[in-house]
Amino acid sequence: MDIKILGTGCKKCQTLETLTRNAVASLELDADIEKVTDPGEIASWGVMATPALVIDDKVVFAGRVPSEHDLTAILAGK
Amino acid sequence: MSTPVLADRSVRMAPRRRLALAAAAVGWFVLYQLNLPWWDWIVYDVAGLDAETRLGGAVHFFVYDTTKIALLLTGVIFVVTVLRSFMSVERTRALLGGRREGVGNVAAAGLGVVTPFCSCSAVPAFIGFVAAGVPLGVTLSFLIASPLVNEVAIVLLLGLFGWKITLLYIAGGMTIAIVAGYVLGKLRLERWVEPFVFETRLHGNVVDSSVGLTWDDRIAMGREEVGSILRKIWPYLLVGIALGAAIHGWVPEQWITDHASSGLWGVVVAVGLGIPLYSNAAGVLPLVETLHDKGLPMGTVLAFMMSVVALSMPEMILLRRVLKKQLIAAYVAVVGTGILATGYLFNLVI
Repeated sequence: MDIKILGTGCKKCQTLETLTRNAVASLELDADIEKVTDPGEIASWGVMATPALVIDDKVVFAGRVPSEHDLTAILAGK
Repeated sequence: MSTPVLADRSVRMAPRRRLALAAAAVGWFVLYQLNLPWWDWIVYDVAGLDAETRLGGAVHFFVYDTTKIALLLTGVIFVVTVLRSFMSVERTRALLGGRREGVGNVAAAGLGVVTPFCSCSAVPAFIGFVAAGVPLGVTLSFLIASPLVNEVAIVLLLGLFGWKITLLYIAGGMTIAIVAGYVLGKLRLERWVEPFVFETRLHGNVVDSSVGLTWDDRIAMGREEVGSILRKIWPYLLVGIALGAAIHGWVPEQWITDHASSGLWGVVVAVGLGIPLYSNAAGVLPLVETLHDKGLPMGTVLAFMMSVVALSMPEMILLRRVLKKQLIAAYVAVVGTGILATGYLFNLVI
């Protein structure tokens, strides 16, 4: 699976990246994780509030950091 | 995901959650009421300082104001964040899409106040608005109102100066955002927007971040926001209150009335000092309170505060990625002029 973390570099964006990497590791998923910081590219995803998570070219959520529990459920459900 | 829009609102709050919220509200109120008698007792009776001395007055000002502002911030940021979680930038853009200039500027300024928005998202939001066809001036009204009339400023004004000054500030801030956005829109400055903004194609599915949240999610967001704002602003807050306490204790009123309150240049100097100064409402307001106590007119201190929160170097540097230097200069000039005019107007009417 292909995971993108869209974030301009704010604190919440770093939190989301850490949480995502931990969840992927604990679920033992085979995933490519990419951090997107370019605002033009972030905007082209239709995202206006960072951080956001894109899984397999689909924006899953934007503008918030979910709890570790919710994030794990989202990743496991894919 | 096709969560129905209204589903999240019908989720009932658990009784235990309600009880916890009610208890927190009562606790907050009791602490707020106890603040003054508690510090009177500690500073004057326990520590034995004299309220009439400079040191006694300054120490009391510092501990009392710090506690009061921390309590106000905690309570109001929590409530505002929970309420705002029903609103989102995506919803705002949908409301602004296709609006003409004029009406659009008014709507954008109003939405700028109520939409949850972090200046760190200013650039993707700018691109998202403009690429979706929201006019440049309307987008700028949103971006000006958002930091200018923010919840921290409103809470602190309310706590320190009462509701009349707060309403005046909100009205002044909204007017600046509406007029400045309208003027910048009329100047047809699209050529000073980086061309890639107009070439950006939106290909993602738009996710409305206000949808699909439970009460637990919203309350957790409120708690996290209180923590993250307090962690971010406490150094500014302490420095601001310490400066305020020092001025409160040691700078004689005569000095301020002699040097700073001369009506004509006071506002210009205040705005000139405020633009390069990087702080936020929490750091500036204790200072503003003291200066006003010492005789500086209200319009001058509010203009100072507006220039600090609305125009900051870090935000200009962020916006430089989408706006050319000329447009940033025009932005600072138009907003700065609006703040000057507001400052003079307030000095006349208050």
